[in-house]
This record gives sequence, structure tokens and C-alpha cells, in this order.
Amino acid sequence: MSAGAAVLGRELRLALRSGGGAGLGLAFFLITVLLVPFGVGPEPEKLATVAVGTLWIAALLACLLSLDRLFQADQEDGTLDILALSPLPLETLVALKAAAHWLTTGLPLVAAAPLLGITLNLPAPAFPWLVASLAVGTPGLSFLGAIGAALTIGIRRGGLLLSLLVLPLYIPSLIFGASAATAAAEGRDPGPAILLLAGLTLGIVALAPFVGAAAIRLNLR
Amino acid sequence: MSLWRYANPAEFMRVSGRALPVLWALTAACLAIGLGWGFFVAPDDYQQGATVKILFIHVPAALMAINAWLMMLVASLIWLVRRHHVSALAARAAAPVGATMTVIALVTGAIWGQPMWGTWWAWDPRLTAFFILFVFYLGYIALWEAVDEPDKAADLTSVLCLVGSVFALLSRYAVFFWSQGLHQGPSLSLDRTENVDNAFYWPLLVSIAGFVLLFLSLVLLRTRTEIRARRLRALQEIEARA
Repeated sequence: MSAGAAVLGRELRLALRSGGGAGLGLAFFLITVLLVPFGVGPEPEKLATVAVGTLWIAALLACLLSLDRLFQADQEDGTLDILALSPLPLETLVALKAAAHWLTTGLPLVAAAPLLGITLNLPAPAFPWLVASLAVGTPGLSFLGAIGAALTIGIRRGGLLLSLLVLPLYIPSLIFGASAATAAAEGRDPGPAILLLAGLTLGIVALAPFVGAAAIRLNLR
Repeated sequence: MSLWRYANPAEFMRVSGRALPVLWALTAACLAIGLGWGFFVAPDDYQQGATVKILFIHVPAALMAINAWLMMLVASLIWLVRRHHVSALAARAAAPVGATMTVIALVTGAIWGQPMWGTWWAWDPRLTAFFILFVFYLGYIALWEAVDEPDKAADLTSVLCLVGSVFALLSRYAVFFWSQGLHQGPSLSLDRTENVDNAFYWPLLVSIAGFVLLFLSLVLLRTRTEIRARRLRALQEIEARA
């Protein structure tokens, strides 16, 4: 337990201290949302129809941003070998790293989403459901991202490959998350979509650490 | 006498080398009969006219696009469990063939959809699911290309294939949650409870057989190429060390 807390603390400290880039994902999220009105046009009705999709897609891309360093930085300086040899199971390590990634990348996005929803004229009934769908969906994104990061550890300039591998895996989360918020915006029941999203995320969080750990073992062999 | 005998590369090369000419001949015969029958003998549809005949390419290609992924999944599992190199190389060999089949299904679908649905592309669940499948093929091929060490590449792509299978399936059902479709429901099965008319059924079955054989021949051919490339690489490494 204390080893797990130490790893989680280390991850959070590394991300939050200077050069860690915890704020980068959030800044990227802001900029992506800022760009949309320039592409779509400033009319409030038009923005209202694309608000949910924009926020969700911007969140997906922002999650992707810091993934390529998730294991690679540790692999380059040898930390990953030490962590793999430590008594801490590799599965726990993957889960903790993904959790730290969510705390430093996903959670700020959830907090910033309603603010950006105002700028995109998001319909009022959709606000709580947008926040809820992001809060429920983004942990799954971090854990899926950990699989992609584990698969591409040894590849130099793997960032682009990582997005090609990971973004298709995000499609189900995006579908359920966006349809929950859209349903609320249109006055329909968002319940089924958000429950499916919750189930999906729980499944991912439960299984992804095993896949990620398997990929790391294959990479370290 | 077991199936695993063919996992030996030398044995595989011997058998596949003998089987390939036969397979190519069968492929050519099935495709010629199936497509010739479909294009020139089968009647026009009473509503769709002659455009219905693209069915004889569209449906077999779509079937093979999915079955190629299934074959890769089985081959990846065999590699992960039993570590037969031929299996990993066969999975690698099948990926571009499957990706091409996906493109053929999408393109023929667009050509068929333009006159029938009045649009080249719609975000219909099945079209979208195929688009997603194509992206999974691209990712799989890209990962094979990116990793230098052959065994590690085989390991990592196998893991990706397993994860991709789960998510390709999940996406398929998620997409039905998201949008209603233009496609017709199922209308083809071997037990023939719900089927297209006989005039289309038999030529379609022959062209499907042709596409299966074409896939088999291409995968065998490409696997042989991969095995030879692997041998070449091994020889070059030996020479570099000497």
C-alpha cells in the first residue's frame, strides 16, 4: 500500500512541478474550444448544436497529449526497470500511473468544461450531464491511453502512432458520453447513455491495467 | 499427425508452395463463374435495375473484411499461446489484405449508394463500423512497421489485435445506439430462412467462395514472402557478425 502511495505521489509531484506539463492538457482544451467558433461561425444557435461534440472531442485530444511520456520517460532513465523489479505488481503500477494521468489531465478538463460550455452557448439542461458524462468517461480515456502508451514505449517519436492506436478505442466512450449530454440538451432522458458509459468505464478501468502490464512486460523482455 | 506440423516454417513452405497453384486456379474459376453469372446471367432487380449487380463484389468484400480480422485474431492468439512464428507472420500478412477488402466494401458501397440512397456517404451504422474497422487495420499495420525487433513486434501487435477486437465489436454496437441506418436487415444465410432470391443467391455464394479463396491465396503468398524476408534478415545478420 505504501509503495503504491509512493508511486502515486511521485507521479503527481512530477506532473505538478515545473516542466511536468500538468496544465498543458487544460491549455490545449481551452485553445481547441477557442478555435471552433472561428471554424463554425459565431451564431449562438449553430454553436449550441456543436457544443457537446466540441467539448467531448477536445477532451479526447487533450487526454492524448501527455500520454506518450507516461511510460517512455521512465523507460529512458531506467526507472521503469526498477519499478518492474519492485514488489509492486506491474498491473498496480499501470493503474496508478493511469489514475495519476486522470487526476492531472482528466479532472481539470471536467472542471473547466462548464465554463467553456457557456462560451459555446451549451443549452442549460445539458450542463450537469455534460460534467457528469466527462467525469464518468475521462477515467476510461486515461486507462485506455495507458494501454497505448505501454504498447509504444520503445518507439521513438511514437506520439503520432499512439494517437492512431488510441483514438479508435475512444469511439464507444465518445458515443455514449456525447449522447448523454445531447439527450439532456434536447430534453430526452440521458440515463441509459450515462449508465452505458459508466459500465464501459468500469470495464476499462478493471481490465486495462492487465493489458498495459502485459505490454510493458513484452517491451522489457 | 497434427495441425501443428505446419507451424514448422520449412513444412509450411513446402505445403503452401504446392497448394498455391491449385488455390489460384480455384480462385480464378470461382470468381469467373460467380462474377460472370452475377453480371451477365442473373436478372436485374425490379426496383434497382442493373445497379444491384455490384452486390456480387460488395457483399463478399465486406464479409472478408470482417473475417480477415477474425483470422488475425486467431493467428495472434496462437502466437501468444504457442509462439509459432508462421502464425504471427500470417497475421501480419493478412492485415493489408483485410484493409483492402474494407476499402473495396466501402467504395463499392459508395458507388451503389449514390444511385440508390442518393448519397455517396451517410453515417449509417454499418458504414461507420466499417470505417472504424479500417482505422483499426491502419493502426495494426502501423505498429508492425514501427517496431524493429520481429518478435517484439509480433507480441505487441497481437496484444493490439486482442484489444482492437474487443473495441471494434464494442464500437459496432455503440454505433447502433448512436444512429439509425439506411442498410437493409440481414438477408443472407446458409440455412436459408431469410434470403435474397435464388437468382441472386447462387451466384453470390460462388463469388463469396471466390473471395474466400482469393483471401487464402493472398495470405499464403504474403506469408511465404514474410518467411523469406525473415530468412534474408537472419542471413544478413549472420553476415554482418562474420
